[in-house]
Amino acid sequence: MTVTDRGDDAATSELAASVGLTDADLVAMYRTVALARAVDERMWILNRAGRAPFVISGQGHEGAQVGLAWPLRQGHDWIAPFYRSIATCLAFGMTARDLMLAQYAKGVDPSSGGRQMPGHYGHADAHIVSVSSPVATQILHAVGIALAAKTRHLDQVAVAIMGEGSSNQGDVHEALNFAAIHRLPFVFIVENNGYAISVPAEKELSVKDVAVRAAGYGMPGVIVDGTDVLACYAAGREAVERARSGGGPSLIEAKVVRLTAHSSDDQQTKYRSDEDLAEGRTHDPLPIFREQLRGAGVLTDGIEEAMRAEIARIVDDATEYAESEPDPDPFTAVDHVYSQPWPSELPPPWHPSGVGEPQHPTHTHGSAAESH
Amino acid sequence: MPVRTLIEAVREAMAEEMRRDETVVVLGEDVGKKGGVFLATDGLWAEFGDDRVIDTPLTESMIVGTSIGAALNGLRPVAEIQFADFIHPAFNQIVSEAARMRYRTNGGVGVPMVIRAPYGGGVHGALYHSQSVEAFFTHVPGLKVVIPSTPYDAKGLLRSAIRDDDPVLFFEHKKMYRSVRGEVPAGEYTVPLGRAQVRREGRQLTVVAYGLMVQYALEAAMRVESEGIDCEVIDLRSLRPLDRETLLGSVRKTGKCLVAYEDNRFGGYGAEIAAIVAEEAFDFLDGPVTRIAGPEVPGVPYNHALEDWFMLNPAKIAEAIRGLAAY
Repeated sequence: MTVTDRGDDAATSELAASVGLTDADLVAMYRTVALARAVDERMWILNRAGRAPFVISGQGHEGAQVGLAWPLRQGHDWIAPFYRSIATCLAFGMTARDLMLAQYAKGVDPSSGGRQMPGHYGHADAHIVSVSSPVATQILHAVGIALAAKTRHLDQVAVAIMGEGSSNQGDVHEALNFAAIHRLPFVFIVENNGYAISVPAEKELSVKDVAVRAAGYGMPGVIVDGTDVLACYAAGREAVERARSGGGPSLIEAKVVRLTAHSSDDQQTKYRSDEDLAEGRTHDPLPIFREQLRGAGVLTDGIEEAMRAEIARIVDDATEYAESEPDPDPFTAVDHVYSQPWPSELPPPWHPSGVGEPQHPTHTHGSAAESH
Repeated sequence: MPVRTLIEAVREAMAEEMRRDETVVVLGEDVGKKGGVFLATDGLWAEFGDDRVIDTPLTESMIVGTSIGAALNGLRPVAEIQFADFIHPAFNQIVSEAARMRYRTNGGVGVPMVIRAPYGGGVHGALYHSQSVEAFFTHVPGLKVVIPSTPYDAKGLLRSAIRDDDPVLFFEHKKMYRSVRGEVPAGEYTVPLGRAQVRREGRQLTVVAYGLMVQYALEAAMRVESEGIDCEVIDLRSLRPLDRETLLGSVRKTGKCLVAYEDNRFGGYGAEIAAIVAEEAFDFLDGPVTRIAGPEVPGVPYNHALEDWFMLNPAKIAEAIRGLAAY
């Protein structure tokens, strides 16, 4: 078997059978968690080495992200992720190269062509909605996508993902209310890591669990241990199936830990105790999932060794590829403000001239909106 | 040729576009069975049903935010904000999301959607049913802002807005809904975005306006005509993208420019027009670029005496024309 393919090996351990997957699926899931961690760690190294001004991280969230994204149909369903969704994006069709291009903000970066800060992922063809920085806005986009899916009978499910801090925004209330009224094919995932930058959950949530708020909208709300990848998968599958079969929206709250500071501009030791940080490290999904798969005989020395080498290769390749790509041409900075250039929208006097065409296509992927 | 009120023209544009293109949907507060508080969507629910004419909760951010998502997944939403005054809860979705989606995906995806909203005073709407909000949005690259002044334009521009691949804010002056009538051809026609219209030709002075102020400017121009002042009136129609050629061509011809807008003057949309004219037609000017606009109070007050004091009217514009003409 290869460690890269999903589910083409019929071998099924008891563990895999318990969630209706094959051993190859579990290995592929583990690989995605491990790859996300490796890419993430590389981003921090690049930041510390002065090669990337900013990093925002998903470390500690990866198990929940992979488990919850796994039941979705890649390129068919939709996700509206947030800035910690590295593993989600990897599990939903983006590559390590794609993520690293965003980290380096290069011209061919499929997320934004180097226009957005790192971590603001998006991919038109993969149905990954572009992340912005004002939090929680994406939940309404996912609900609108679900509305269109229902109206157009597309059999799609739309998922919005954010942290518990963002979940307090008014857009969340408006979105859940509307999604529930129309029983839209929508799943709301909250990755609760206990902190909104520095503010602990008890000062940002009036209740202990975000999931209980689902009841206020008449939708199911479940809590899953975000370090338990297969529990996340099972919860995700149930919600996705409910959504796809017309059963309406659900809320899933995954309890996760934030293993890094909020971002490279944050010093979390200022507001988190040593004990808190040490406790967090005991909930790292990567070693927990690894031990589970090794205990079940799914992950062997041989598989791990090959996987380690493969991931190292992928991360090196992604780094070198992204680093070698050219920066975006400032000439292109006026492109794509509107669907077509307007003569009345004048570039600044310092705008470079005589390079290329007035509006040349800089994206290599199609437009989701325009392809329908 | 059939004669229509402005609101009938708006309604016909939506109905015809919905018949032509099944991806066009309408959503907003009371747009369904009731047909909207001004009846702009009257009859659409009966013809197109629940899936395409959606009564929403009182949640403006949701109306715009879900429209963005629906647009990403193949629909062309026409969102109604019941009054432009209530658009502010959706400001983040419009400015941070709809306006920037194409830019921030480097052309990967666009947001083809229209946000319709009745604006403007003079109907006893007070502070929260009278606002002019166009300046908030014309400031933002990525948004298109359209304000019709005739039934013909309302229908043709709304058609273009619905077919456009970018987010368009379409503001309709509520005082004009039933007070302005005009010929609207039966067949399918469009009025392109980004093109101004010379409503009245003249040699001495250009009045630049949009929406209700076009009607008032035309009346004002008639008043001063007998005094020997020959005004040209430009109806911008499309505030962004702006038709610089028509604007500057007119001012270069007349040498004087008065900008009339209903919003309060400071930082209003007319300030941008004045700046463009000052920068780009300076050598042709025979007088200061002048603005006649609403007073610097935070809203249109309710009592008719106060409202009349607030609102521009043909007499106030005529007085401003006389002052500039005499310069």
